[in-house]
Amino acid sequence: MTHTPATASKTDPNILISFDGVSKWFDNFQALRDINLLVKQGERVVVCGPSGSGKSTMIRCVNQLETHQRGVIHVCGREVYGNMKELEKVRREVGMVFQSFNLFPHMSILENVTLAPVRNIKLSRGEANEIALHYLERVQIADQADKFPSQLSGGQQQRVAIARALAMKPRVMLFDEPTSALDPEMINEVLDVMTELADEGMTMMVVTHEMGFAREVADRVVFMDEGRVEENCSKDEFFTGGRGERAQIFLSKILQH
Amino acid sequence: MTEPPVQPRRRLTIVDYICFGLVGVIIAYAVYRVSDVLVYNWNWSRVFNFVIYYDEETARYVPNLLLEGIATTLRLAFWATIVAATIGLVMGYMRTSKNLAMRMISRCYVELVRNIPPVVFIFIFYFFLSGQLMPLIGIDDIDKHGDFVNSSVFYTLFGDPRLFSNFVAGALCLALFEGAYITEIVRAGIQSITKGQWEAARAVGLSPLNVLRDIIFPQAIRKILPPLAGQFITLIKDSAIVSLISIQELTFLATEVASTTTKVFETWIIVGAMYFVLCYSFATLFGHLEKRSMRARR
Repeated sequence: MTHTPATASKTDPNILISFDGVSKWFDNFQALRDINLLVKQGERVVVCGPSGSGKSTMIRCVNQLETHQRGVIHVCGREVYGNMKELEKVRREVGMVFQSFNLFPHMSILENVTLAPVRNIKLSRGEANEIALHYLERVQIADQADKFPSQLSGGQQQRVAIARALAMKPRVMLFDEPTSALDPEMINEVLDVMTELADEGMTMMVVTHEMGFAREVADRVVFMDEGRVEENCSKDEFFTGGRGERAQIFLSKILQH
Repeated sequence: MTEPPVQPRRRLTIVDYICFGLVGVIIAYAVYRVSDVLVYNWNWSRVFNFVIYYDEETARYVPNLLLEGIATTLRLAFWATIVAATIGLVMGYMRTSKNLAMRMISRCYVELVRNIPPVVFIFIFYFFLSGQLMPLIGIDDIDKHGDFVNSSVFYTLFGDPRLFSNFVAGALCLALFEGAYITEIVRAGIQSITKGQWEAARAVGLSPLNVLRDIIFPQAIRKILPPLAGQFITLIKDSAIVSLISIQELTFLATEVASTTTKVFETWIIVGAMYFVLCYSFATLFGHLEKRSMRARR
């Protein structure tokens, strides 16, 4: 047998995410076409591409918010598919940040962050609060801990969402267009937190249109189009011309102004 | 700083007074027909005595049949609401389940109840099911002389111990019936929670049960509280229907009072007023609570 990414991820603990021949359909529409991809420990991978190219679908397959229909996905050494118990374990090692924040509106900021540690690893209230405040401190929003999500700005909410994901001490962070729903003046406060996280060595997979962020932070850029991974190369290669035609067109469109 | 312009207070116009006048005329005509044409001998006090009467021996006012009836109605509504809410929560969740069998079961229940007249439903349930069900769960075997059964707590909660099995059957009938409507309210509540909430809850690794308990139900229940309160009031009114299976609630006792006194009009007008006061008080109370909770959440 050849050395496929899937078998590699089982043997190599440095590979946190592996896609091996993954395809997905929404009814008759094929959203992902034979995706092969590896994300190593400590890597920062930025995923970009035109809308409808399958980037969100792909990143959501990692923690199975979308299920794939063909191929194998391994995350942190476990195959993700079907088995709920296994899946819960994977999800606890994978933090996710959404485009629309998705904070729990009926809970205070502190409760939003402590919920998962309290429920999943049965931490006491006190311990969980301590951890939560630590991460809220890191995203510089600890002073708002007692407020409710609706009282915060979009940028603040997204930072809380990052703290919520970090509170489970994940090994990988997934970001699904984290700045797309933000007013322009709030984008940077979120990107700053993400950059900091990257500097600390967090493994990250980021779907974004922020090419500035990709330039600064990414190790690797994955370019997708029509459900395929068209480019999967180092940041330098991608931005200095070693890219294909489709990526060229995409970049020229979003970098115009 | 400029003052905001003073809005003119809305007053009643001539057209409104004409409308009131018309309604007044219609009522006056109805009263005239009843008093003049019907030639009916009104006697309110005889019926009032069945609400509350003055006991000469103890020199105290004592509640009579109709007040006891409304107490039973309230007990019925209370227990039926609890059971119906439980049914509604489970069935409502099943309505939104991914599992086809669960969806089919809950859908059948809802459609069955909603497309049969309540009277028919209650007859079917009472005569065919409760005859089998009551002995099965041992309701008939309760010790009618036990300490708890004869305590005032039991009486407050369930009424006369001798009518207990009858009461349980009535409450279950109502609960099964109203449960279908609550199911639909719960379903709507669950479906009103955005997909993002489910996803965020799953993404942090919560178990399916915790997703429901911590994220979905608390939010859904906030949204469905007003229609749920409305359903409770509907249940109080619908409880009149179990008089048909001889549950001794307000309507059942009213028919007895009407036939013993032969004062049909007075009885039903008084009973109508009692239902109205009860339901309208609850409606006002719930409206008040809702406003307050809205204010609490800004």
